[in-house]
Amino acid sequence: MALFATCLTDTFYPDTARAVVRLLERLGCTVDFPLGQTCCGQMHFNTGYREQAKPLAQRYAGVFAGYHAVVVPSGSCAGMVREFHPGLVGASPATTMTYELTEFLVDVLGVTDVGAYFPHRVTYHPTCHSLRMLGVGDRPLTLLRAVRGLDLVELPFAETCCGFGGTFAVKNAETSTAMLADKMRCVLDTGAEVVTAGDNSCLMHIGGGLSRVRAGVRPVHLAEILASTEEEPWAAIR
Amino acid sequence: MGSNPVTWLGTPPFPKAAHAALGDSQLRANLRKATGTIRAKRAEAVAELSDWERLRRAGEAIKDDVLSRLDTYLERLERAVTERGGVVHWARDAAEANDTVLRLTREAGADEVVKVKSMATQEIGLNEALAAGGVHAIETDLAELIVQLGHDRPSHILVPAIHRNRAEIRDIFRRQMPSAPPWLSDKPVALTEAARRHLRRKFLSAKVAISGANFAVADTGSIVVVESEGNGRMCLTLPRTLITVMGLEKIVPTWRDLEVFLQLLPRSSTAERMNPYTSVWTGVTPGDGPQRFHLVLLDNGRTNALADPVGRQALRCIRCSACLNVCPVYERTGGQAYGSVYPGPIGAILAPQLVGDMHDAQAASLPYASSLCGACYEVCPVRINIPEVLVHLRAQATAAKGSRGPEALGMAAAGWVFADPKRYEAAQRAGSLARFLARDGWITRLPFPGSRWTASRDVPAPPAESFRMWWRRTRG
Ligand code: SF4
Repeated sequence: MALFATCLTDTFYPDTARAVVRLLERLGCTVDFPLGQTCCGQMHFNTGYREQAKPLAQRYAGVFAGYHAVVVPSGSCAGMVREFHPGLVGASPATTMTYELTEFLVDVLGVTDVGAYFPHRVTYHPTCHSLRMLGVGDRPLTLLRAVRGLDLVELPFAETCCGFGGTFAVKNAETSTAMLADKMRCVLDTGAEVVTAGDNSCLMHIGGGLSRVRAGVRPVHLAEILASTEEEPWAAIR
Repeated sequence: MGSNPVTWLGTPPFPKAAHAALGDSQLRANLRKATGTIRAKRAEAVAELSDWERLRRAGEAIKDDVLSRLDTYLERLERAVTERGGVVHWARDAAEANDTVLRLTREAGADEVVKVKSMATQEIGLNEALAAGGVHAIETDLAELIVQLGHDRPSHILVPAIHRNRAEIRDIFRRQMPSAPPWLSDKPVALTEAARRHLRRKFLSAKVAISGANFAVADTGSIVVVESEGNGRMCLTLPRTLITVMGLEKIVPTWRDLEVFLQLLPRSSTAERMNPYTSVWTGVTPGDGPQRFHLVLLDNGRTNALADPVGRQALRCIRCSACLNVCPVYERTGGQAYGSVYPGPIGAILAPQLVGDMHDAQAASLPYASSLCGACYEVCPVRINIPEVLVHLRAQATAAKGSRGPEALGMAAAGWVFADPKRYEAAQRAGSLARFLARDGWITRLPFPGSRWTASRDVPAPPAESFRMWWRRTRG
């Protein structure tokens, strides 16, 4: 199977991608990272540059042809691939075999307890595309509930968008910020020290806002929590 | 109003209009409260029905059938209405519709008309057009009346005065309603009583009523209006002449089809199992109700939308406003920032299509007024895939802007980088130098356009080694 890291995680969050590798290898998978991969084209597609998303979708289909499964640590990029690549360049084995990380763990590997240990107070934000486009449902929460030492606190108004929305965050920066302010308030209300999600894009947004106000809440991708064990705690991955 | 009154002349593009709205604490509080309440109620009302998803699919299928054979259904409707004593008029655009209504009103010898709440007549700016022709139109829906008396603009499809709270409404009534006593309180009972006194006399004296239509049954020529207050029923029964302005797409083929929508609409709209008043009339009934009935069928950009295979699904809309109530953008900016009578997610996909010109900067900004969170699609009773249409219209907007603008050039550059893994990695190496701008792993200030991000959010510092570099070093 292959890892599609996504351009954002590859470039800004190598720890998340390393965590996915460590987690999947621990569960017995052989993970490959084909170096021909770049970006799924979501930014272009969603901003209205459909034509420029096509070669990227084409590249994806080519790079990931021949793998049994492609795992993506992002609901939004997995959604882009599965929902929109077929419309751009036609369906391919690569698009149908693409899974968001928690889908792969629960549906393909059939595990809900990945043997993780993460002794922190955590709240979970279900990102919009994983929630509504992919319909990952409570898979992430099921996985989190099995993590030893983890104190899971429910996020109020969890299903409301954090205001990221890709280029929306700069094109409509003020509206985006107003949405973020409410999301941050909900995160702070939980008293959690860590906010997690299945998408580094949304975490970059929520975490960037929390950092700005020195809130003292860390954004941590779900994969990093699931990769963390008593023997090799999260801090060691970083 | 501009040449196309779908959007209000002078409204700036969405980001700018939103700026003012976001700073209005009263507006923000009113909307937070109102949308939060109705959102929860809708979810409850919908959860009561085990076949809700099937109803949604039925609604979608019926509307799609109507849209695919609209010409046939329109002719069927025209025939049925005419047979039952009504007169059908066709209007290509707002101007034609307004002229027709004004002429018919004059022919009926009226200089004052009472109005049933209607989106179509707001869309074409009928009140203003009638006023210019010397006819005074009186809105009889409570919220619409509040907007009219306050010389305001609507901000919601169902509750156009949703941006107002009770205290503000009392002030508007005290100032603008001659019959309202100076000691009027802001209790809902007192406010509705004042409106009732104000309106009753108008109902009794009006010779002409003007309405929209929620549905028109093609088979029988029956027109349907659903409402909560009963003021619509007054208008639809008391005056001698009734003029209905209806968008072309409001047709349902048969009464059986209507049954689906009479379940979908109230639960989505007001979170009621059934709306309090459903008025239906078929042509003219001698000795009962209006003795003259005119139906104005309005295009105003609808056939333009119909020609677009992706965009046309917006014409399925039954104006329930569920998408507004769940929209996180709408909740914060309110409806007026969208610059048309159709705000929120549906406005963002419908208004640009009715305008039909993506060179219009305001219209072209609307499809971007969304984070694509998909909450609208999830609740829409006729399953309009609003995010899909938003992205589709964004592609039209970028095509209209051309390939020379800074954004298009930036996107082209990004596409060029992503087209080649070597270039991409070189860009990662160059970009990772930005880490020297960081403190504690975060960058707090970037130049334009990154400044739009860093105005309120930090950016994580890029690491010295990207994942692919690490992979090659350790595994490659
Ligand atoms: S788009 Fe759907 S949810 Fe929005 S007003 Fe129309 S029917 Fe209702």
